[in-house]
Amino acid sequence: MEQQTILTVSDVTRYIKMMFDQDDRLRDCWVRGEISNFTHHSSGHMYFTLKDSGSRLKSIMFKSANRSLTFLPKDGMKVIVRGYVSVFERDGQYQFYVEEMQPDGLGALYLAFQQLKERLEQEGLFAPERKRPLPAFPRTIGVITSPTGAAVRDIITTIRRRYPVAHVILHPVLVQGPEAAPSIALAIQTMNALAEVDVLIVGRGGGSLEELWAFNEEVVARAIFASKIPVISAVGHETDFTIADFVADVRAATPTAAAELAVPHLGELTRHVYQLEERLTNAMIGTIRESKRRLERIEQSTVFLRPKQTIAQKRQWVDHLENELELRLTRLTGSRARKLAEWTGRLQAVSPVERLKRMEQQLQFAAGRLQTVMAAQLEKENHCYERLLDKMQAYSPLLVMKRGYALVYRQDGKERKLIRSLHDVQLGDLVQVRLHDGHVDCHVWGLEEAVNDSEK
Amino acid sequence: MTLRNEQEDVTFESALERLEQIVRDLESGELPLEKAIENFQEGMKMAKICRDKLDQAEQKIEMLVKENGEFLKKPFNPEDER
Repeated sequence: MEQQTILTVSDVTRYIKMMFDQDDRLRDCWVRGEISNFTHHSSGHMYFTLKDSGSRLKSIMFKSANRSLTFLPKDGMKVIVRGYVSVFERDGQYQFYVEEMQPDGLGALYLAFQQLKERLEQEGLFAPERKRPLPAFPRTIGVITSPTGAAVRDIITTIRRRYPVAHVILHPVLVQGPEAAPSIALAIQTMNALAEVDVLIVGRGGGSLEELWAFNEEVVARAIFASKIPVISAVGHETDFTIADFVADVRAATPTAAAELAVPHLGELTRHVYQLEERLTNAMIGTIRESKRRLERIEQSTVFLRPKQTIAQKRQWVDHLENELELRLTRLTGSRARKLAEWTGRLQAVSPVERLKRMEQQLQFAAGRLQTVMAAQLEKENHCYERLLDKMQAYSPLLVMKRGYALVYRQDGKERKLIRSLHDVQLGDLVQVRLHDGHVDCHVWGLEEAVNDSEK
Repeated sequence: MTLRNEQEDVTFESALERLEQIVRDLESGELPLEKAIENFQEGMKMAKICRDKLDQAEQKIEMLVKENGEFLKKPFNPEDER
């Protein structure tokens, strides 16, 4: 045996559930059957079995889905349901999860209604953004309904009562039977072509689903959608909506309600206009009163009452200013003069004249001293000089020569040489002997050396 | 005289709107006197237009009847039909 995975029960169940959930036919389907074993659980959910002659289908309708049911299901009731098949894993049981339910019999119509509704919705025929506002004060109202019956009477009576200034143009149509829908659609087109009305009311009085059926037909829906004139749908059924209701710009629950929506209330409007008129008058009176009050206030101001007073006041003010000016000026010059004196004093205190005088005195004093010192020095030097002169005279050779000494010179070429020794002369030399009062020129004719050498 | 032929240039709606605007402006008390008087006169005119239009109670109720391929309007009284 080949190796094969052994599955758990849960695995199998989960796999089956996955298969169910992925199946397109089981994911969203319509089923016709008869209800049996119906229980409405305290949780709000409904449990029952759908059966036919051949089989049974365990079903559940959750509270969230059954809340919108307009009837209460019970055993034996034939219904058409819409929902999906899935598996309840705990019990390993497949069951039908019902999302919508409708009693069978109307089934075909209901299905058609649902399908058309979905299709038109997807096309955008119900889009809230394309809903047009109704004219606030329509002059002419178009009514598309049966010329007989309660609906047209209710509409006309209401318009007459509320707004007897508007015209009404009725376009008679069939409102039930196979010819109804095309007749209504054509009427909408005709009204648009005539272009005389400001708003359209399309409707009929209440009835069964079959009687209202024309308003669920596509041709009507498309005519309403194509209408350039805003459309109020007025199908007399409080609870159920028709396709026409979804496409219309405004849905009215009844023909009377449609007429009320179509026109304002003349009485209220008249009151409103009167109120506006009253407010206008009051506001005007108020404005005038306020203007008068302002004028009076201005007239009563002192400028007008005592015109000269102002001038007098101004004059006084000028006087005051003059005084003030003078005072300020005096104060200003006074303070300046004081400042000047102060600075002059300080300037004089630091004046160089005094220093100059002092320095002059110092200079004279110094010069005097210098002279004294110099004189003393000079005298001292003079004295010294005289003494030196005396000394010099004492040492002067002339003085010695006076006493009989002589100096002997030899003329040697141009030079004159003092002869100090016997060796400085030779026989025949011419010598000059200097005396204190002149000289004698001599000729050496004898030399004799002294005996005593000690004289050298 | 019909609603359409009279005051063709001013619709009830625009007259009412203008009147409401004038009342608001005047009630604000911010208009200079001359402007206020001017607006007041216009407002009174608008109020008269509105009242006139509302007073014209000559309502026509007609039914379209197709004769020889053309639509004709014929007076309609729903009470007659009962």
